[in-house]
Amino acid sequence: MNLKEKNVAEPERWISVIAGGALAAYGLKMRSIPGIVVAALGGALVHRGATGHCMVYESMGVSTAEEQGSQVSVPYGRGVRVEKAVTINASPEVLYGFWRRFDNLPLFMHNLEQVEVRDDKRSRWVAKGPAGSKVEWEAEIINEVPNELIGWRSIEGSQIDNAGSVHFTPAAGGRGTEVKVVLRYDPPAGVVGATVSKMLGEDPAMNVQEDLRRLKRLVETGELPTTNGQSSGRDVR
Amino acid sequence: MKAVCWWGKEDVRVVDVPDPKIINPNDAIVRVTLTAICGSDLHLFGGFVPTMMRGDILGHEFMGEVVEVGPGVKKLKTGDRIIVPFPIACGSCWFCTQGLTSLCDNTNPNAWMNEALMGYATAGIFGYSHMYGGYAGGQAQYVRVPYADTNHQKIPNGVADEQALFLTDIFPTGYMAAEACDIQPGDTVAVWGCGPVGLFAIRSAWLLGAERVIAIDRFRERLGLAAADGKTEVLDYGELDDVYEQLKDMTGGRGPDRCIDAVGMEAHGTFIDAIVDKIKQAVKLQFDRAHALRQALHCCRKGGTVSIPGVYAGFIDKVPFGTAFGKGLTLKMGQTHVHRYTQPLLERVQRGEIDPTFIISHRVSLDEAPEMYRTFRAKQDECIKVVMTTA
Repeated sequence: MNLKEKNVAEPERWISVIAGGALAAYGLKMRSIPGIVVAALGGALVHRGATGHCMVYESMGVSTAEEQGSQVSVPYGRGVRVEKAVTINASPEVLYGFWRRFDNLPLFMHNLEQVEVRDDKRSRWVAKGPAGSKVEWEAEIINEVPNELIGWRSIEGSQIDNAGSVHFTPAAGGRGTEVKVVLRYDPPAGVVGATVSKMLGEDPAMNVQEDLRRLKRLVETGELPTTNGQSSGRDVR
Repeated sequence: MKAVCWWGKEDVRVVDVPDPKIINPNDAIVRVTLTAICGSDLHLFGGFVPTMMRGDILGHEFMGEVVEVGPGVKKLKTGDRIIVPFPIACGSCWFCTQGLTSLCDNTNPNAWMNEALMGYATAGIFGYSHMYGGYAGGQAQYVRVPYADTNHQKIPNGVADEQALFLTDIFPTGYMAAEACDIQPGDTVAVWGCGPVGLFAIRSAWLLGAERVIAIDRFRERLGLAAADGKTEVLDYGELDDVYEQLKDMTGGRGPDRCIDAVGMEAHGTFIDAIVDKIKQAVKLQFDRAHALRQALHCCRKGGTVSIPGVYAGFIDKVPFGTAFGKGLTLKMGQTHVHRYTQPLLERVQRGEIDPTFIISHRVSLDEAPEMYRTFRAKQDECIKVVMTTA
């Protein structure tokens, strides 16, 4: 990516400048080593706001800027954005390999019923809706670095516009792999919209977090721990 | 099968429930031969631990014979005699590989509940509320053991049930508390609470090279057991004006080097702060009473260690943190990583260095559990440790 390229959206840039300025002023006032760190952070935020380029976003392969053309199915400022991470005691290779087989995803994504892999790029996703209903869409891989990241989006004309990416980064000190997921949905109005809202739940971030927890448990232990089906005094013979 | 179920505050019942079955590939089913009531079960009995549900099967100290294993289990077979550690560990997450099995990432199906309370979820525990996974416990004729390859210690035939049972919890808990003290030659160790964990902490402190051990309690029979080794000194705080002054006098004005709070959140006490705590706990202003902890922090010598095997579950008021900071104390605490202690402590039992049966005061059958919870809670009938057969 060109270092000058903008990857931060306009409102976010203004917030960066204002918050960064305040942070820098506060840090300098502290006249201490922590103060210098705070001031430096503030400076970085101001720089990010002024140039519209965020080093952190770049490293994540993320952009919130609007001029993204056909690369994004959910325009900035619309829909729901969720970002969650988990550390898994396995190598990036193993995790990338597991995720890249999209038909594995329903094993840990609670609301996903089936993913049918069409070819190397395309797949058909079926998610559970309320009262036995289903939401379906077709997705294509738009970005892929083996053992590092996979990015996908729904193709034009889908019932629900969505895009997602997953990043696999080795954790320091041999502590496994940090798996970070960014998902964006743009639920349409009407029945399908209601189905999608139900699917996402009241707290989409928590749903994604629980999905990642299931992935971790499945990969690390080979099964999902549960107490469903155990006996208790509530089911007295 | 018969199982001891939590039915509400101060209400446990023996209920006929369906037998457990294999649910996951790594499960095993154990026919329980001996089980015990733990002091921490009294926290559940008293209604101090949130997320209990009527009908939950209690019990996290149990042992028995493997009667069935799931297809994923490799290290166990039908007929094996095992004890099962109270925290459930997956054996493969980073925490388990570091030996921190009570902090396992993976075994709590209700991790989100635990996470909401503590920031990060810890291991599931048998029979210890839904916050800790909601697993059915082992005060029953049969129990399901998840991740069975990790959650067992085989017991050889030469070791009796009563000698092995306490490897599930209280012996490793007392031992880890003493080990956390990093006892140095010449050290005096003071132990608050002479219940089973305190008694094992006392014995462990001796095993780990303490110069002196001082036990603090107010129940005659417990102090008697503590002193039974012929070398532990005892203080009856019911008869003393001031534990601090007494400990100071006994240690040449320095204070005990290592202090162990083996009491936890339901501390009794005779000082004003204990009475205030009791009122607050009764009106739910705080979950925990912390009298023993406050006293341990106050009494410990400068630069010493306060080790806390006693269970705390919520917020505590008026902990003299400035005292801990000012004296540069080291604080050690947490649920026991039982798995890393079962083998070495079993070997100590086999070598005759300790006979864990010394704490048993009551031997009963499972049917008598409700009465025994009340007896143990009231500390009547010189009750120190109840073990129950299940036939």
